Amino acid sequence: MAEEIRIVLRNYGKIDPLKIDDYLAIGGYEALIKARSMDREELIEEVKKSKLRGRGGAGFNCGQKWAFAYGAQADQKYVVCNADEGEPGTYKDRIIMENDPHTLLEGMAICGYAIGANKGYIYCRGEYPQVTQILNTAIAQAKEKDVLRDFDIEVKSGAGAYVCGEETALIESIEGNRGEPRIRPPFPPVSGLWQKPTIVNNVETFANVPVIVDKGADYYASIGAPAYPGTKVVTLTGDVNNKTFFEVPTNTTIREVIFQFGGGIPGDRKFKAVQIGGNSGAFISADLLDTPIAFDAMTSIGSALGSGAIFVLDETRDIVDVITRVAKFFEDESCGKCAPCREGTARMYELMEKLNSGQGSANDIVLLNKLGRVMSYSCLCGLGQAAPTPVLTTIERFSADYNAKLM
Amino acid sequence: MSYKEILASYKDVPGGMIEAFHAIQGQYSYLPEETIIEAARVFNLPVAKAYEVATFYSMFSVNTRGKNVIRICESAPCHVAGAADVVAALERELGIKMGESTSDGKFALELTECVGQCQATPVITVNGKVYLDVTPAKIPDILAEYK
Ligand SMILES: Cc1cc2nc3c(=O)[nH]c(=O)nc-3n(C[C@H](O)[C@H](O)[C@H](O)COP(=O)(O)O)c2cc1C
Ligand code: FES
Repeated sequence: MAEEIRIVLRNYGKIDPLKIDDYLAIGGYEALIKARSMDREELIEEVKKSKLRGRGGAGFNCGQKWAFAYGAQADQKYVVCNADEGEPGTYKDRIIMENDPHTLLEGMAICGYAIGANKGYIYCRGEYPQVTQILNTAIAQAKEKDVLRDFDIEVKSGAGAYVCGEETALIESIEGNRGEPRIRPPFPPVSGLWQKPTIVNNVETFANVPVIVDKGADYYASIGAPAYPGTKVVTLTGDVNNKTFFEVPTNTTIREVIFQFGGGIPGDRKFKAVQIGGNSGAFISADLLDTPIAFDAMTSIGSALGSGAIFVLDETRDIVDVITRVAKFFEDESCGKCAPCREGTARMYELMEKLNSGQGSANDIVLLNKLGRVMSYSCLCGLGQAAPTPVLTTIERFSADYNAKLM
Repeated sequence: MSYKEILASYKDVPGGMIEAFHAIQGQYSYLPEETIIEAARVFNLPVAKAYEVATFYSMFSVNTRGKNVIRICESAPCHVAGAADVVAALERELGIKMGESTSDGKFALELTECVGQCQATPVITVNGKVYLDVTPAKIPDILAEYK
């Protein structure tokens, strides 16, 4: 039996998130004190050795990223927390921030010390005004207790744009502009916010950091899958009995997540498909359920762990209808900067609507395949590159659903 | 506070235009044209640039709209949980379509993508306040809170 392990949610339900004294009483901010007693390079080495990889989707080694920003020469550096969390079916960052905001502040302050930054921003999506309030309360209390010392943190609010979760679009938005992704390189650790070296990490990534500093890299690296150690907070939606969140070690299988933690499918209905990682995730069929959720295992089956959203569909669901909805999302959220995405997402939605309304032909499926492949390598950012994934994987794995709707 | 005072208070905040727009919408429910022109002046930008920002983000509206903004999540998890029924019930109850406002200026109906409350779908928000597990039967009571 797989069991939950709570690292990033270690204080969930144990403290009053609005009381810094609760956090301090259970050893809060001691990891920051310990980090500051360490040599910066030694600290970054420890984070690298833990093999902590980004929980925002790209899975980049966290310590490695910090080392780039540490090595960059500049009069000012920034630490940015990505709390944009726009991936449908995902709310794990909100759970962390609502229940343990100081863990995030502590993780960011440790990063600030490591790379030599005295200023941090939390970019919190506009749909989370209540979270912004909690964060501001926590920041005010941390200032009053002077635990952050010279590290200053400010919350910036988004205003409803999925693409702002992409790190360079997010930086543009903090600067007060339209949230359109930048052409990379340069990458943010070299030139980011206001052209200064900037670390952008996800909320969950930062929430792991105090534990790594406190308990050591070896402890952390020993949990879950060796190449992507630790835990992942997953959120279950769709046709599953326990529509809630769990924090599981990364070697947990998809089957365990859905049938053990999730309690299986409601009623007597059978499993049909699961989409993991949010709207841009691949649709996974029953034969692949024994794959662990760890980053590389998911990649090996043409999927991505992404944000950890687990969207389950039972046998009664019409895949073509769901994919049409997903295609509309990308059309809505494409920022319009690059033509392959602006045009591609619109055409993709158009073709899906045609198929969904029973007006499509086999040739439209061929067209969708072609369009999807072109978008996957020609779009500027991950939004357009990954938008075709759900379409392409369902055409491949659930062709019966498509064929049933052909004219 | 007048919109001029609101904008002036964000003048020295780096990248402050987005927060200023949030504050203006808090009062007007949308961004009247004169507020965008004034924002350009305060932040020392061409008007086109301020307008670009105002039209990029889905939470900002450059058109008049009802005071209480109702947003219905239509992302896949809410979609399979029956968001379309909730949309139909709201349209019926208010006598308007998605994207429209009631003639008394009280309500605006908008579709939105996931608002991050997917533990209890379908989800709607009214002025940012979250309502979970929404069904058509719950709509009259929710609306009554704002009448
Ligand atoms: C379209 C798009 C949306 C994204 N949305 C998010 C998001 O909501 N939250 C997040 O942390 N990362 C998101 N990312 C990934 C970020 O670009 C970036 O990789 C991440 O914030 C880095 O942090 P990490 O290394 O801690 O994961 C998104 C990427 C793309 C292309
Ligand atoms: S999918 Fe509707 S709130 Fe997340």
